[in-house]
Amino acid sequence: MSAQTSEAIVAITAEAATPGFAAGLLRRLRSDPLGLLGLSLVLLVVFCALTAPWIEPYNPFKIRVLERFSPPSLVHVFGTDNLGRDVFSRVIAGSQIALGVGVSSIAIALVLGLILGLCAGYGPRWLDNFLLLIFDSLYSFPTVMLGLTVVTLFGPSLETLMSVVITIQTPGYARLIRTATLATKHSEYILAIRSLGSSPWRVLLIHILPNIIGPILIIASMDIPSVITLEAGLTYLGMGIPPPAASWGRILQDGFDSIRDAPWIVIAGGIPLILTTLGFTFLGEALRDLLDPKLRRVV
Amino acid sequence: MAAAVQPVLETTANVLEVRDLSVQFRTPKGPVMALRKVSVAVPRGSIVGLVGESGSGKSTLALAVMRLMPANATITEGSLRFAGRELLTLPALEMQRLRGDRLSMVFQDPMTSLNPVRSVGMQMVDIQYRDRQMSQADKRRRAADMLRRVGIPDSEHQLDRHPHQFSGGMRQRIAIAMGILEKPELLIADEPTTALDVTLEAQIVQLLRDLRRELNGSILFISHNLGIIAELCDYVVVLYAGEVVEQGPIEDIFHSPRHPYTRALLECDPARIEEVCRELPTISGDVPNLLRIPSGCVFAPRCPQAVDVCRQERPADHEAGAGHIARCHLLRGGANG
Repeated sequence: MSAQTSEAIVAITAEAATPGFAAGLLRRLRSDPLGLLGLSLVLLVVFCALTAPWIEPYNPFKIRVLERFSPPSLVHVFGTDNLGRDVFSRVIAGSQIALGVGVSSIAIALVLGLILGLCAGYGPRWLDNFLLLIFDSLYSFPTVMLGLTVVTLFGPSLETLMSVVITIQTPGYARLIRTATLATKHSEYILAIRSLGSSPWRVLLIHILPNIIGPILIIASMDIPSVITLEAGLTYLGMGIPPPAASWGRILQDGFDSIRDAPWIVIAGGIPLILTTLGFTFLGEALRDLLDPKLRRVV
Repeated sequence: MAAAVQPVLETTANVLEVRDLSVQFRTPKGPVMALRKVSVAVPRGSIVGLVGESGSGKSTLALAVMRLMPANATITEGSLRFAGRELLTLPALEMQRLRGDRLSMVFQDPMTSLNPVRSVGMQMVDIQYRDRQMSQADKRRRAADMLRRVGIPDSEHQLDRHPHQFSGGMRQRIAIAMGILEKPELLIADEPTTALDVTLEAQIVQLLRDLRRELNGSILFISHNLGIIAELCDYVVVLYAGEVVEQGPIEDIFHSPRHPYTRALLECDPARIEEVCRELPTISGDVPNLLRIPSGCVFAPRCPQAVDVCRQERPADHEAGAGHIARCHLLRGGANG
């Protein structure tokens, strides 16, 4: 059984690794301006996150009381905040936290959700019922309450926040994937594939998974910004990443107090949030189109 | 009751022997006996036609042989012997090894029976997963050869295309190519031409006939079209409401049908009508509700020749010729006593 599993995994990774797949992705993106824009925005955020220490013009934590609330200028591109910190540097530093919380935790939740959802959808009935019970129990917790409880118990930190996000997102993905798996497994082509002798693992990984992954990828990529927003929300309640961390939520929060006098802080904190949202959404749509051959343009 | 005659030859000359197979579906309204004591044999190298109306259990029989029935169906009795091995007691893994290798199936609707997100080549290479020695390139070549064999031109290039880029007829050819890729001993074709137009239908029938000769395999061909059965098959099994009412060699069934249902079915075939008339002949009445099977003969409520005994007693199988068996009271005291 395990030999068959690994074989199926090898087959599926082999296809993802084929030059055809990568070339197809690039070709597809070239003919899709929105997808290209999405990819550029995401790459920009990733670039900022990876090179933050080198491209920040100032130390994002350095307090210069004499320069507080300086409006945007050539010296401080996005101005300074209430403590005189350079907002542009803080925005760049915030990309690290945004990706850390948003992308990593969503990716982990997605993988967990995929495994659990496929097991529930394709496995025996008792396993489905058992997993559904767990998903529903976790799902029924109010997001913010769960976040507050966990943060109170374990103290605010990046890791706590990520585990909250994973706990909240996993059941949602698992449920979606379970439903899609159930719908797909009764289709005639799955019956046909089984009649040709495919093992359950091959059916699941090579035939069902690629059929359901598209919409889930879009939903997940659209969840990334809402997780970044959740981080901002928890930060507002003092339960997010503790200060002086330069998260976008923190920047928004700091700027919110002085929105009348220094609106640039809120704007500078909001723009990267919006651009990241759009970037991941466009990229998600492009990926969906690539994975669904019916939407592929005939070349 | 007259002693039941065991249908058709019972030797290893049969690639498939279904004996007394009963299948029950659990439904919210109660158990439905979709197949009742069905016995069918497919001699090696022959094409056996399975004919019957919608709901008569044709596809259920096919899926039972593949052991791919829906979760609410159970085989309550009988045996399924494939190449001398009992399939019903075979472990799931063994059964999975048989499928696609020595026993495979082609489905009715080519529009839904191919995975839409995988290229044809990828799907055909994937079926050959059993062969670990063969290289990926060889598997592709073999897939291309098989596509060419079923009449798809420029097959190397077609391997990289996806099912939606093919027409219905082409898709059915691809599905057949997948089914026979490992040269199975038995191919079950579940109404493979029903979703196609007449020209394509003739081509697919010709293809199946050629393939049988080339691969020396057997085919269980399911259809409700008597014309195609007559053209393609060596034996015919007539299924009605989950029971085999008549079976035998093709000439016997078409030239001297013994069961009133077979006769009625033949009369309804538009190709056989000689006089021009405004209405097509039909068999009056409906297929019986399988939740309440009539206590006598299943066909009695619609049978023009039914007598009292037909409504009370289940008829036995009567032999009407070599390998020709009909389940009807009217044959009692007939050809074989």
